[in-house]
Amino acid sequence: MEIRSQSTDRNLLLEFEGELDHHGAKDAIREMELAIDAVLPRKLVLDFQDVSFMDSSGIALILRAQQRMQHLDGSLLVCHVPQQAKRVLDAAGIGRLVKIR
Amino acid sequence: MKATNYISIEFPSRSANESFARVSVACFAAQMDPTLNELEDIKTAVSEAVTNAIVHAYPETLGKVLVKAKICDGNVLEIVVRDHGRGIADVEKARQPMFTTGGEERSGMGFTIMESFMDQLVVRSAPNRGTTVIMRRKIAARAKQQK
Repeated sequence: MEIRSQSTDRNLLLEFEGELDHHGAKDAIREMELAIDAVLPRKLVLDFQDVSFMDSSGIALILRAQQRMQHLDGSLLVCHVPQQAKRVLDAAGIGRLVKIR
Repeated sequence: MKATNYISIEFPSRSANESFARVSVACFAAQMDPTLNELEDIKTAVSEAVTNAIVHAYPETLGKVLVKAKICDGNVLEIVVRDHGRGIADVEKARQPMFTTGGEERSGMGFTIMESFMDQLVVRSAPNRGTTVIMRRKIAARAKQQK
């Protein structure tokens, strides 16, 4: 799992690449938290375009991001979610809690 | 149900094996002529069951995880994931959405996803004896159009 980070003016974009399973998510959550701590973003975008596989570990990561952004009084958007990951999010009803595009 | 073909794999509960387990079962299931969606559902459900064994059955220690996949009559894929770990005290509670004992890196949605992606999910567990998860999914027969 690789994460590319870009930030401008307290907007943070994190692009994920690889398999977001329990094995990958452990480091991904840690890296995401470090990036959030460094930028303290008002807006966080998680780009899942290059996520080749995701299970419920990805849900934990998204919910963690949501929690952090609520504490920062900011917004979260999850975008470019591939079909397989989208079905996992739909099965868990995550679309009701998090903005997904 | 009589098995027409099967595989059985065993590995230590290292998280690096999650990917290996789901890909192995998906490769085996490919002979049933599944759609891409069906294959992805199988991979996802296996990933959830194997991750549960790795995270919950053997916390702080390594143990054996056994994964079996069988093709049964009626083009039904049966997947069994078994561990001999600490077991689940209250299976019904563990199956509730958002219930987790795994801390912040877990979402508590594993069983919900297995239920949603498989036709049938059976969970048998006894404290300190281990857990067996049995999942079944019928692979729909497809008209062979594309050559």
